[in-house]
Amino acid sequence: MATTATRHDLFLSHFARQRPQFPGGGQAWLDRLRQEAIERFAEAGFPTTRLENWKFTNVLPLTRTAFQPAAPKLDGLTREKLGRLPLGRLDAARLVFVNGRFAAELSSFEGLPKGARVGSLAAALEEGNARLEEHLGRYAAYQPPDRAFVALNTAFLNDGAFLEIPQGALLEKPIHLVFVSVSEAQPVFSQPRNLILVGAGAQVALLETYLGLGDGPYFTNAVTEIVAAENTIVDHYKFQLESEDAFHVATLQARQARDARFTSHNVSLGGRLVRNDVNVVLDGEGSESALNGLFVARGRQHVDNHTLADHAKPHCTSHELYQGVLDGSAAGVFNGAIIVRANAQKTDAIQHNKNLLLSEGATINTKPQLEIFADDVRCTHGATVGQLDPDALFYLRSRGLPYPAARNLLIRGFAQTILERMKVEALRVELEELLFARLSGSQRFGEGR
Amino acid sequence: MLTIKNLHARAEGKGILRGVDLEIRKGEVHALMGPNGSGKSTLAQVLAGRDVYEVSQGEVLYDGRNLLEMTPEERAHAGLFMAFQYPVEIPGVSNLYFLRSALNSLRKARGQPELDAMDFLHIAKQKAREFGLDESLLKRSVNQGFSGGEKKRNEVYQMAVLEPRLAILDETDSGLDIDALKIVANGVNALRHPDRAILLITHYQRVLNYVTPDYVHVLYNGRIARSGDKNLALHLEEQGYAWVEGQAPERPQVAGS
Ligand SMILES: Nc1ncnc2c1ncn2[C@@H]1O[C@H](COP(=O)(O)OP(=O)(O)OP(=O)(O)O)[C@@H](O)[C@H]1O
Ligand SMILES: [Mg+2]
Repeated sequence: MATTATRHDLFLSHFARQRPQFPGGGQAWLDRLRQEAIERFAEAGFPTTRLENWKFTNVLPLTRTAFQPAAPKLDGLTREKLGRLPLGRLDAARLVFVNGRFAAELSSFEGLPKGARVGSLAAALEEGNARLEEHLGRYAAYQPPDRAFVALNTAFLNDGAFLEIPQGALLEKPIHLVFVSVSEAQPVFSQPRNLILVGAGAQVALLETYLGLGDGPYFTNAVTEIVAAENTIVDHYKFQLESEDAFHVATLQARQARDARFTSHNVSLGGRLVRNDVNVVLDGEGSESALNGLFVARGRQHVDNHTLADHAKPHCTSHELYQGVLDGSAAGVFNGAIIVRANAQKTDAIQHNKNLLLSEGATINTKPQLEIFADDVRCTHGATVGQLDPDALFYLRSRGLPYPAARNLLIRGFAQTILERMKVEALRVELEELLFARLSGSQRFGEGR
Repeated sequence: MLTIKNLHARAEGKGILRGVDLEIRKGEVHALMGPNGSGKSTLAQVLAGRDVYEVSQGEVLYDGRNLLEMTPEERAHAGLFMAFQYPVEIPGVSNLYFLRSALNSLRKARGQPELDAMDFLHIAKQKAREFGLDESLLKRSVNQGFSGGEKKRNEVYQMAVLEPRLAILDETDSGLDIDALKIVANGVNALRHPDRAILLITHYQRVLNYVTPDYVHVLYNGRIARSGDKNLALHLEEQGYAWVEGQAPERPQVAGS
């Protein structure tokens, strides 16, 4: 496929051109990491549907587009404007990234505990922070061919959030990472990279939101690594609210030590072509993961969620629920992998995927993938695909709800199981509003609301 | 208020209603009885606008409007309410939120201002007390995990909040203990008004001790086979439907229908 090869080359030449400006260049470990990653990407190229993990997601529309690196500009974005965007007024410490670059003038750091390090990854790379060498790129594997997007992100290691939450800190307010893409004359890409280290016994809620302003295609390729030390409680929310012309590929990689409780709420509402990988490694006894997902797509949107719960130690629990709502000609993919390593006895893993198809043209491909090497485990999985219940629809209408309201209420009811798991009330309430704005057909998220 | 003329309806190719005639005027309470499978629920559902039933003949006028051309929500906006024989469970939607949406839809359609959550809560709680609905049921998902009796009470409760002009109750009294039955009867009686009307579908004379009907009809094989006053219900209770069968004059087949 000549076109694919060309675009692959395009990113290689972007790399060659940008390399001298990457932050922290000259540190041996970092140069080596970037070099290895670009080599892996050069070998693998963009994934094709021949790869098992990419079977239902064809990235040709992405690889055919001549993306240019997004310029580090603010494009008139002010705190005022930001406040009007979805979740823009959430009571949180806020780090804002515009076209992948940290925008200090738009960020705020209220309510952070003493000893917390919260800031730009680029700055930390420049200053040669020793924690980076220890952790960056150690969790999100970029070597296998089906991880080419992670390789690409790692090669271009540049900016994003670097958070270090000290031992025992209890954060009352969430930390909100906002990634805004502003439009340019030609299609641009940005590759946010986040590293989040949570010290033993700490408790924190994190939110990543992805948004696009303006028209036309752009490409976000994000990687977040989270290291949850012993006995931590980490709630991670990701709200993908990109414009419907956007390509969005993201990997969340979490490693949990003993007794760590990690929750991921992965919400996908925007984007034209979306691929989410959520991987957790339960790497300490007694650790627990909850993986919650909600994806809503319409028109010609394509949303692929791949999750992996890797049980590496005994007595760990992973509970997963992904729910999809697909309308129009939208296509959804869910692939839920559970690996139980040989010594991971007493593993308790549950996985469910429930889908609601609102139209004839909408499709879902759902697949569990269980690899179990221990014998004393409990693993269950199930998937359902259904339509709106006509009896319920009639019941609501007979009480006076017009058809669109009745339909939306039923979808809301369907999504409720996921929504009610969100402990940050303000987040949940605003997500409900976004969801309903979207269901009622608004094109964009929350502008000028 | 409601005029049903020669109504025929079928589902999945099977004729169920086969020429129903019924006239209900303002202020009246009608009881509709009839054996299992005679078409009582089908009639109620057709009147509420359920589209699985195909009306093949006949007409229904509601306040002079062609009811059959209206959507289910338009019927509700015009004051029609049907208490379901089998109320539907709706996971993830709270009873309170559902009922506020319903009431506000009716208010909006009638050009009245919508009620905010606080104002509605006030009404909702007051009616819950009045109509014997456990307040804890308000916060739960609509009908989900409700007992049979709770579901029926919830229907009466919705009726009390929505204050319809024409209420059709499909076996709302079935399977209730005497206390619950009194609550249902209370709900129906509270609704009685010179401008409103009620169609009470039931198998049992019992409820009619608390709600005195102006008329009693027997639906048999998709037709009103008998009509009378409240004594007809007592008679049925003693004689059973076999009596109707014996008495009912065979309706002459209309040529070409
Ligand atoms: N949706 C449907 N599809 C096919 N047949 C139906 C449908 N609804 C009702 N029927 C059939 O029509 C007949 C009348 O049903 P209906 O529910 O109206 O009776 P009913 O008088 O309400 O009975 P009951 O007293 O048991 O509630 C029955 O034979 C029933 O099986
Ligand atoms: Mg019935």
